[in-house]
Amino acid sequence: MSNLLPGRAIGTPYERLDGELKVRGTAPYAYEQPVQNPLYLHPVLSTIARGTVKRVESAAAEAVSGVFTVLTSETTPRLEDPSDRELAVLQDNSIGYRGQIVAAVLAETPEIAREAAAAVTVTYTEEPFSAQLRADGPELYAPEELNAGTPTDSSEGDVDTAFATAALKVEQTYSTPAEHNNPLEPHATVAQWDGSVLTLWDSTQGVHAVKGTLAQVLGLEEEQVHVIAPHVGGGFGSKGMPHVHVVMAALAAQVTGGRPVKFPVTRRQMYTLTSHRTPTLQRIRLGAADDGRLTAMSLDIVEHTSRIKEFAEQTPAPFRMMYASPNRSTTTRVAPLDIPVPSWMRAPGECPGMFGPEVAMDELAAAAGLDPIELRRRNEPGVDPETGNPWSSRHLLECFDLGAECFGWDRRVTRPRSVQEDGWLVGLGTASAVYPFMRQPANTARIRYEQDGIYSVQIGAADIGTGAWTALTQIAADALEAPIDRIRLGIGDTKFPAASVAGGSSGTASWGGTIIAAARAFRADHGEHPSPGAQTEARAPQDPEAENLALYSFGAHFAEVRISADTGEIRVARMLGVFSAGRIINPRTARSQFLGGMTMGLGMALHEQSVLDPRFGIFVNHDLAEYHIPTNADVLDMEALWIEDRDEHAGPLGARGIGEIGIVGSAAAIANAAYNASGIRVRDLPLTPDKFLT
Amino acid sequence: MDSEITLQVDGSERTLTVDTRTTVLDALRDRLGVTSPKKGCDHGQCGACTVLLDGRRANSCLTLAVAHDGAEVITAEGLADVVPDGHLHPVQQAFLEQDGFQCGYCTPGQICSAAGMIEEAAAGHPSTATDPAAEGGISLTDDEIRERMSGNLCRCGAYVNIVAAVHQAAETAASLRKGLPDPAEAAVPDSPTAASMPAHPEDRP
Repeated sequence: MSNLLPGRAIGTPYERLDGELKVRGTAPYAYEQPVQNPLYLHPVLSTIARGTVKRVESAAAEAVSGVFTVLTSETTPRLEDPSDRELAVLQDNSIGYRGQIVAAVLAETPEIAREAAAAVTVTYTEEPFSAQLRADGPELYAPEELNAGTPTDSSEGDVDTAFATAALKVEQTYSTPAEHNNPLEPHATVAQWDGSVLTLWDSTQGVHAVKGTLAQVLGLEEEQVHVIAPHVGGGFGSKGMPHVHVVMAALAAQVTGGRPVKFPVTRRQMYTLTSHRTPTLQRIRLGAADDGRLTAMSLDIVEHTSRIKEFAEQTPAPFRMMYASPNRSTTTRVAPLDIPVPSWMRAPGECPGMFGPEVAMDELAAAAGLDPIELRRRNEPGVDPETGNPWSSRHLLECFDLGAECFGWDRRVTRPRSVQEDGWLVGLGTASAVYPFMRQPANTARIRYEQDGIYSVQIGAADIGTGAWTALTQIAADALEAPIDRIRLGIGDTKFPAASVAGGSSGTASWGGTIIAAARAFRADHGEHPSPGAQTEARAPQDPEAENLALYSFGAHFAEVRISADTGEIRVARMLGVFSAGRIINPRTARSQFLGGMTMGLGMALHEQSVLDPRFGIFVNHDLAEYHIPTNADVLDMEALWIEDRDEHAGPLGARGIGEIGIVGSAAAIANAAYNASGIRVRDLPLTPDKFLT
Repeated sequence: MDSEITLQVDGSERTLTVDTRTTVLDALRDRLGVTSPKKGCDHGQCGACTVLLDGRRANSCLTLAVAHDGAEVITAEGLADVVPDGHLHPVQQAFLEQDGFQCGYCTPGQICSAAGMIEEAAAGHPSTATDPAAEGGISLTDDEIRERMSGNLCRCGAYVNIVAAVHQAAETAASLRKGLPDPAEAAVPDSPTAASMPAHPEDRP
């Protein structure tokens, strides 16, 4: 297929087109959009994990000067469709998790709203609850399917027999903790209802997704919901679908006589209201012949969900396609707990799902006496083991080879705990990365010729820090064969045509592919010399050929870890990621995104865990002082490289997406390096200092 | 209880009424509509609200507006005003060229923090990364920059590029201090300027 769009602007490391606004701080985020005479909403959150609200005493709050009203389940407008219990806010008295909205104050200032919320008294009827994930929990069940339509279980061959007779065996349980996305811009919604149109200025990864969901739950026509989000301060999945605060703001806006309602979710409220990543327990068996070739591999996952709404992460997905073995099986069971609703966090499935397996591969390499890269070389599958489909572009080993050379992998001492410098144990580790190519069909782009060579290119996409403003402008310029400064891009608004969510690393390929299709249609309609006002809309192109191929991006992580022999303090001195992700649209912003994923992976490895107290059902470390994300001083020598790779099967762009692969496998590489440094195999994230004290 | 105060915000005198519980950050954002400083945590944990308060970097969410009647506040938006002809401040230019941000939400705080810390280091203020035995001025090594910028969290993970940007800006500041020309050069000369990217496409010329 030679359908690839030739690149001129594509491939050029332009600075971010929205960059000047960002460095001045004048790019308006959701809360900052100018509205007239707003009311401020502050919610009251439940202090029990399960039961019912008996009574809400709001007289003291309503007596505070400047309070507009206190909304309870008795005074809040009804939803048309309350079936999604995460979104059915104040529709009844039931409590599904601690930290759920049980009342909301509307007031003239944020200070008054907060004071009045504290003055609301709520009494409850408590019921027994469960907030502890256990591998042998009594309520574990098999979901019908996992996130993204992934099958729950898989099986091929006879793992038990093959494992029993394998020459080399690894049988271990690994775990990853609950995590919170924590985008730096807290979730926020400003809602205004004028009696016929609901306008939402929302911090979201997809304006059209918010429009669709809100129209459905509120019983409005989609044309009655207008969502605006030109700039979004990060999301990492938690802004991928609307959470309860968006519905709360929209309902509140129905009682204010047209005044807008501002609902800035506080950092602490985000720990219950706006989703998190499930913890995972991963029981793994790897069986191999003497030469390291896998004969049996199984992965049994246990994770949690909320009793009020199922989210079952596709944690086993990468294990199924990563390496060849004749006997393979996976299972996933979830525990319904009385806790906040989990959802997407950067690379759901692949990110936790590559931790245990990639550490297990390191353990198998040690058992086989093989270099970890050589072990992966020997288990490289010729086709996708799960489907039998040929790979469109699998360059995993090239990533390892380039990375090994650049990182100085030959300096690694195989025997662990062999290198000590100034009281620091030093080790090197590596792990694979993978992420599937996703292209979303629900996209339409509009192109209009203005004048003076200027084209408007419009699609309701989102830039959450990915660089979409810049990358899509580059793509449009090449698609229209126009100079980049002649492109007027419009994104982040439902007045532009439907677009899929900025998620699944699918944005650039999905939106960009649709822009290319629209540009080709525009030229077919209007030629090379269009009249001002000439306009064409086109939908995302079909690509039936890709259905019979396995399209994935791959990568290799390398880490050098230093551990204090005395205190267990652990530092990642060096980190290198090498990726094969298809065509790179903008090398400057792409490098940043790879590094960003790796930095979040460093946080996953060393710091991040949301601690759920089973006695109360609450995430106790619910702010940035106690939930530690990497700081500047945590990130030392870190670099990202990529190999030349234009995937001719990944649509006309040849790009497979880069938003998530940087985090996948990075924590495993660090854990493997920590083993090489210390001789201590830590199988439970994060790698805190206490785990290295002997 | 309300109080009337006056602040010098980015060079303009602004008189406003605040609740005594209003922080400097909320006074700027909610009362004055100056939204360049961001609210990331409201607890002094993330640094997104960093401004230069009477010339020193400060978490504006941690201090009450009534305690700063008459104070001078410089935000990232106002930082550019010290440069003639509407150009960006050297720290802002460096963040742009080094791609020292992704979503941009922590960025105004990072930039105010960087501008403040370059001056602090030039004035000889040590950090925990400073070698007490070293003589002469403070050398802004990678470790010094990382330490001094660690009060500003970036969830997108732009730290590698932030360190590069602070290096570039510190070199510019040192050159300007000595009366030398700005050493910074545009990394991509034909890059379209951000001036062609208004807040909303409808606002475009």
